[in-house]
Amino acid sequence: MLSNFTGTESYIASVELQEAVNVALALQRPLLVKGEPGTGKTLLAEAVAEQLDRPLFRWHVKSTSRAQDGLYVYDAVQRLHDSRFGDKDVGDIRQYIRFGGLGQAFRHEAPSVVLIDEIDKADLEFPNDLLHELDRMSFTVSETGDTHAAVHRPLVIITSNNEKELPDAFLRRCIFHFIAFPEPELMARIVKVHHPLVRASLVDEAIARFYWLRSLPDLRKRPSTSELIDWIGALERGGLDLETITDRVPYLGTLLKKEQDLETLARQAQKKGRR
Amino acid sequence: MSDGFPAIEPGLRHEPLFLDFFYLLREAGLPVSTWEWLTFMEALAKGLAAADLMRVYALARATLVKDEKHYDTFDQCFAFYFAGTRPDAGLRKAIEQWLDNPLPRPELTPEQLEALQRFGSLDELRELFEQRLKEQQERHDGGNKWVGTGGTSPFGHGGVHPEGIRVGGSGGGQSAVQVAAQRRFREYRKDITLDIRQLSLALRRLRRLGREGRRTEVNIDGTIQKTAKNAGDLEIDFMAPRENRLKVCLLMDVGGSMDPFAELASRLFSAAHGATHFHEFHAFYFHNCIYEKVYRDAAMRDGLSTKELMRWLPKDTRMIYLGDAHMAPYELSAPYGAISYWHDNPETGLTWLGRLRDHFSHHAWLNPIPKNWWRHPTIRDIGDVFPMYELTLEGLEEAIAALQ
Repeated sequence: MLSNFTGTESYIASVELQEAVNVALALQRPLLVKGEPGTGKTLLAEAVAEQLDRPLFRWHVKSTSRAQDGLYVYDAVQRLHDSRFGDKDVGDIRQYIRFGGLGQAFRHEAPSVVLIDEIDKADLEFPNDLLHELDRMSFTVSETGDTHAAVHRPLVIITSNNEKELPDAFLRRCIFHFIAFPEPELMARIVKVHHPLVRASLVDEAIARFYWLRSLPDLRKRPSTSELIDWIGALERGGLDLETITDRVPYLGTLLKKEQDLETLARQAQKKGRR
Repeated sequence: MSDGFPAIEPGLRHEPLFLDFFYLLREAGLPVSTWEWLTFMEALAKGLAAADLMRVYALARATLVKDEKHYDTFDQCFAFYFAGTRPDAGLRKAIEQWLDNPLPRPELTPEQLEALQRFGSLDELRELFEQRLKEQQERHDGGNKWVGTGGTSPFGHGGVHPEGIRVGGSGGGQSAVQVAAQRRFREYRKDITLDIRQLSLALRRLRRLGREGRRTEVNIDGTIQKTAKNAGDLEIDFMAPRENRLKVCLLMDVGGSMDPFAELASRLFSAAHGATHFHEFHAFYFHNCIYEKVYRDAAMRDGLSTKELMRWLPKDTRMIYLGDAHMAPYELSAPYGAISYWHDNPETGLTWLGRLRDHFSHHAWLNPIPKNWWRHPTIRDIGDVFPMYELTLEGLEEAIAALQ
């Protein structure tokens, strides 16, 4: 088993990101990852789990999530129903405790990776409610009185889209990394990983068009890495040649998702035409 | 120190490694806490940096900086500290201050002070680091100069970047200082002092809970009652969760004398706008005083008549006004007194303000001007119409208590 993270064949990580993961591993602190949508924040957890050969537990946070949901949920309604039909032993409360991603990772008997995805979706106080559990890596199920403490502290990877500011006390405890938008060279490598068979000239041209699109000033939503990869996939399947991309942008719908952005592009094209 | 506080090797305590770098970051306005500094020290003590300045850079950034808007300042400080690269004008002042008065600081122990003074002047210090930097570039590994690890690094020290790829530059041979000096994070800067989170937290107290919408919560009382009616056969009753029913309307003064407060105003707007817990949130703009029209955009092109606003918004909408209330007296008290010449108001500003006050049930006027400057006649006049509060956290809390 490897003890440090260097990126995988399908996930290319910058040196800073590798360091951040390795610091989080060595110091056993949670790793907070921010970055534009589509820069591979969620995929990072999968790549780390894959390379370190650890199981991955996930917890996707929603606007209604409470901190406790990630640890466990007590299903009282199921228990009431069972008491009515009487086909289970409702005296055994443990069978109505369902563990969430974080709870499963703490209970796992070998080192694991746990992903807390999009922590900023939840309530403002949500991260604070997790501080204690993340520090101690243990929790108590109040319905049964059982305490579950992690034998092996899992690597906790937390992602945020910056929708809300996170509390200082929470930030202090985390290792932080911001995934910057990749430079064209790195982007070319990332594309190659996903589309190894596409001609280099097509990839170069597509990347150039892609960065040009991103540089348009009035764009509401700039296309992301994952959208570029989809786009190149579409170009490949469409069997288009180089000239077509140079002149116009085919399969535009894979890159731009907002109507205003399509209009912006049309205006730009007009300006170009007049020149 | 069992509460998760970082533990460090005892040997390190007597050697305030880069401690002045910590103060430099703080002087430059980065909110680096002692806790985070100790985390960095712990990482160094574990040999995570080996003798590689690039690693020191990555380690320091991952442990000390928790927001990408601070990456640029960090990069500048790092480049300055390790290579004397000239920082931006904005940062230069902070660095000068740091140079003028780097020591002594109250938090230092005598041993730390002594160790720091061994470095002598900053020039010497810089020379020392440049020298180390050179060594690092040539990749001689005599590890313990940086961190005193005694070679416990789990990484081995052959290549500087094992199969790594460098963002922001061509591959190979680039030092941490060069990377830092590129300032790749310049566009993420936001010079924010009073933060949105504090404002959001204050606004959260503004709520009135009610049950509406999907029934997803178990109603214990209802369940007992229904089950009892059902002769003991269980019947579970659900109810809608409690949600905020509060409607909020924010009216903001823009332009002119409000320009110095534009940043503060936009922060309040962001906090209110991002506060997903309001049932309804609306924002409008005006210039100096509210007359027959308010605007949906700050450029004041998309207008809505104030009468329409009063028809459309429910009477129990919480009205928050943000403005300095500072204007020429006739703008308030004279017909056709509006400062914008396309405003043609036959009725005075005070008349309109009075109408709003009589129509809606709850109001608060937030004023970014400090309270002891409120002697200006128009501020007093508007203060007579609406309860006025300072736009500080304290003032906002008072305003929110009044709006409840």
